[in-house]
Amino acid sequence: MATLEIRDLHVTVEADNATKEILKGVDLTVKQGETHAIMGPNGSGKSTLAYSLAGHPKYTITGGTVTLDGEDVIEMSVDERARAGLFLAMQYPVEVPGVSVSNFLRTSATAIRGEAPKLRTWVKEVKEAMERLNMDPAFAERNVNEGFSGGEKKRHEILQLELLKPKIAVLDETDSGLDVDALRVVSEGVNRVRESGEVGTLLITHYTRILRYIKPDHVHVFAGGRIVESGGPELADKLENEGYEAYTKGGASE
Amino acid sequence: MAEAQNIPVGSTTAGAIAVAAEADSTVATRMSAPPSFDVADFPVPHGREEEWRFTPLERLRGLHDGTATATGDGVKADIEAPEGVVVETVGRDDARLGTAGTPVDRVAAQAYSAFERASVVTVPKETVLTEPIRIAVHGQGGVAYAHQVIELGAFAEAVVVIDHTGDAVLAANVDYVLGDGAKLTVVSVQDWDDKAVHVAQHNTLIGRDASFKSVVVTFGGDVVRLHPRVRYAGPGGEAELFGLYFTDKGQHQEHRLLVDHNVPHCTSNVVYKGALQGQDAHAVWIGDVLIEAKAEGTDTYEMNRNLVLTDGARVDSVPNLEIETGEIVGAGHASATGRFDDEQLFYLMARGIPELDARRLVVRGFFAELVQQIGVPDIEERLLTKIEQELEASVA
Repeated sequence: MATLEIRDLHVTVEADNATKEILKGVDLTVKQGETHAIMGPNGSGKSTLAYSLAGHPKYTITGGTVTLDGEDVIEMSVDERARAGLFLAMQYPVEVPGVSVSNFLRTSATAIRGEAPKLRTWVKEVKEAMERLNMDPAFAERNVNEGFSGGEKKRHEILQLELLKPKIAVLDETDSGLDVDALRVVSEGVNRVRESGEVGTLLITHYTRILRYIKPDHVHVFAGGRIVESGGPELADKLENEGYEAYTKGGASE
Repeated sequence: MAEAQNIPVGSTTAGAIAVAAEADSTVATRMSAPPSFDVADFPVPHGREEEWRFTPLERLRGLHDGTATATGDGVKADIEAPEGVVVETVGRDDARLGTAGTPVDRVAAQAYSAFERASVVTVPKETVLTEPIRIAVHGQGGVAYAHQVIELGAFAEAVVVIDHTGDAVLAANVDYVLGDGAKLTVVSVQDWDDKAVHVAQHNTLIGRDASFKSVVVTFGGDVVRLHPRVRYAGPGGEAELFGLYFTDKGQHQEHRLLVDHNVPHCTSNVVYKGALQGQDAHAVWIGDVLIEAKAEGTDTYEMNRNLVLTDGARVDSVPNLEIETGEIVGAGHASATGRFDDEQLFYLMARGIPELDARRLVVRGFFAELVQQIGVPDIEERLLTKIEQELEASVA
């Protein structure tokens, strides 16, 4: 069973000619089939955790370990991490002009699966996955994320999640900027992948709203660059009622 | 309007739309001397002139200052033409030479003053070719001055593919003359060896209701400087000018276009796209469009896009639109130079795509958009293959 283990992770970023520590000792274990929600106020370092796991060059890991099934993730390049089974649904997906969605998806699936998917079954697979996400077929011929609305970008991220079938999926604020209908469609997509039981999900969010659609097994409160409290789904209800105030007092964040 | 985004250090993109009085066109007056067939009418450029300011004169191997002497074996040209096409080699006094345009700078005038024999390819009126005319220009290491005329009679239709390969120092004028209702597609591929220097002026005269489509593809050479110019002989003419360049380390590739809307009711559409990589890769694109006072009903658009793949490359992109009448259908231009940036690379790699493949994917996509507009399937195919080869060889 695939397991992502994060131990005492410290991460810094260069900003304004200064090195700033954002993650200050994160400990977390996510197993295949589990769903963990990471909730926290703005600036707590949630997104830094997501991008550090994916290997974004902006972030420097200064301490701790990250392993996927015992393999050192930190040593891997960005593409190696993806091929090892890590997936990051991004909060702000990047436009790639000149590259069509269909070409991108196929290239990506070929890289992840280790061989080019058979054209006939692939076309069907993509078409069906797009239908489930209420995406217009014409979408496949557009350039990656170019001119996409906020909702389209997020659907496109979840489409990739469905097609690439990672072992561990990190969803970075996938709910931000979505209206209720789009949130429902996107959540259903995530749930389909979860129901396979083959993915461990790390759901990063600022709001409890998405947790009505995607039920987590574990909820962690993130503040000041580390997990400050962990519990079951009831912790989300507490946050819904009381907010993050209890965790941000005393300048723990930033 | 011109737009600029994410411009690499040192690059420029400037755009101008001028509404000018008929008498003092800035497009014409920006040149340092009036057009002439005689090289003596042009002073030797010093490099600060508007038309030379981007060009590394010291790398022209003497084409600009009279010191490059033809060696007799500079280039070899083979012309393969389908039945019905007339191919002739003619002397300097042939009346068909120079009818499409006059040299506008010192090197073009040098070429016109120095060539000994010219090649004239004629597609007689109403002849519709099903196979392309192929012209293979192969450099053999020497210096050459050349003149090529391609003339289509009324309602003739032809595709011409000109390939430049090998090593040479070549200055040339090429005339395309389209009779009324004629349709000409020209694909000119500059696939020179690394040391080649190629400077050419392309003059096109488009007949009434005729269509001209030009596809300029520049991959190779040390210095390539092309100057495609279009004028119209009657109303209803259409010009589509497509260009694609892939500028590598140390290469200078310069495309300077002029579309002169000198008669009413003609259209022009210019799309040039380039990718650059490596230290001192330098691409220059000048897009001049002049809408003369009498050219009512003109519809024109020009666009230049550049994709900078690495540090150290430089783009200078200058669209100029000069309008002397308001009675037009449309006129616009756009220029943008962007980087293949780390965020795009991260996004693609985060989906398992290795770095090299990610870079190739982006470049291929960038050019495919343009290639799809060419409309001649076997040429599209060939260019995509060529781009693949270029990517295999250079995006590493």
